[in-house]
Amino acid sequence: MTVHRYPLPAMLLHWMTVLLLIGSFSLGLRMVGMDFSPEKINSYAYHKWLGVTIFGLVVVRGVFRFFNPPPALPEDIAAWQKSASALSHRFLYLLLFLIPLSGWLYSSAAGVPTVPFGMPTLQLPDLLQKDPVSASALKQVHFVLTRLLAVMIILHIAAALKHHWWDKDGVMQRMLPKVRFWQ
Amino acid sequence: MNKLMPHGDRDGHSQPMANVMKVAKWALFFLLGLLTQVVFAVQGVDAERSEISFGFRQQGVPGGGKFLKFSAQAVFLPAKPESTQARVDIDMTSVDLGDKGWNQDIQSAAWFDSRQFPISSVVVAGAKMVSPGRYEAPGKLTLKGATHDVVVSFRSRSEGAALVLEGEVPLKRVQFKIGDGAWADTSVVANEVSVRFKLVFKK
Repeated sequence: MTVHRYPLPAMLLHWMTVLLLIGSFSLGLRMVGMDFSPEKINSYAYHKWLGVTIFGLVVVRGVFRFFNPPPALPEDIAAWQKSASALSHRFLYLLLFLIPLSGWLYSSAAGVPTVPFGMPTLQLPDLLQKDPVSASALKQVHFVLTRLLAVMIILHIAAALKHHWWDKDGVMQRMLPKVRFWQ
Repeated sequence: MNKLMPHGDRDGHSQPMANVMKVAKWALFFLLGLLTQVVFAVQGVDAERSEISFGFRQQGVPGGGKFLKFSAQAVFLPAKPESTQARVDIDMTSVDLGDKGWNQDIQSAAWFDSRQFPISSVVVAGAKMVSPGRYEAPGKLTLKGATHDVVVSFRSRSEGAALVLEGEVPLKRVQFKIGDGAWADTSVVANEVSVRFKLVFKK
């Protein structure tokens, strides 16, 4: 079985996004219930820094993918599965773009600007004016989109493992460097 | 609604003697001003047009708030800044950070502890002109029970029949235990806080 792997930069960007998502998701879940404390302030700050980074990475990934189309899938995969895969990957990218964006807008509407890495020179412009009504609406949007992302990620992982263990067609290995452990 | 605080509230009720002395001092002070007619004495801050606000940073993120209730008295003569006398008293419970929850949090013992220290005050005596229309004055800031020296920088201008003093007071919050205990970590909430004011006095 020949595996057509993703180019190395695409792999790096994918796995960096995985790590950053684990971080931002667990911070996001924990910080909202925290009592007013330095830890809470820091958690929000780090959550936003991670979000900004994920946003930057997804833009880089979009550009890279445009110039470096993904390697072809094995020929014997059903057509409906190929379109399902294309569709769900587009949806994943869309969510990775919209979630940080909604967080940024929510921050603006809540009156707390986003300052990546605590560096005032990097402060993002506020695209919305402070407004409690749009703030609570955007908070809801941010929440719903993250739940959708969680569902999509579970599907994404399930599909990868299904190809690895069930179909044994090397689809999962396309996103893994060539290591003897998974061949 | 009158935004000025009743004078009796200014120092709580812990030091009645000190209060009497202060009132006496200020009464003498204004009397002298009126008698000599040399000093440009102004009193009665126009609360509607005056503002006291502050700015800080938490993890690099700019934040701020304002005080809705304060009282101020000043004697200021542009040509004779060394004769400047001013006092501002701020009702710490009147702080507005733009969020109900934060407004409650900041009243806690670690921050303003306004139950124990409801009033903060700045007393300024003597100013010097640093450039035309710009002044600097040494002041004593009493905040959360601690008194430290501060430098008040301000500009003065006339606005119709009113005198406007506008400026800022930079301070280090840790000196006053504003944000005590775990909050003393200045990598989270920066130590530097800038208090800005615009005081409009009817002549």
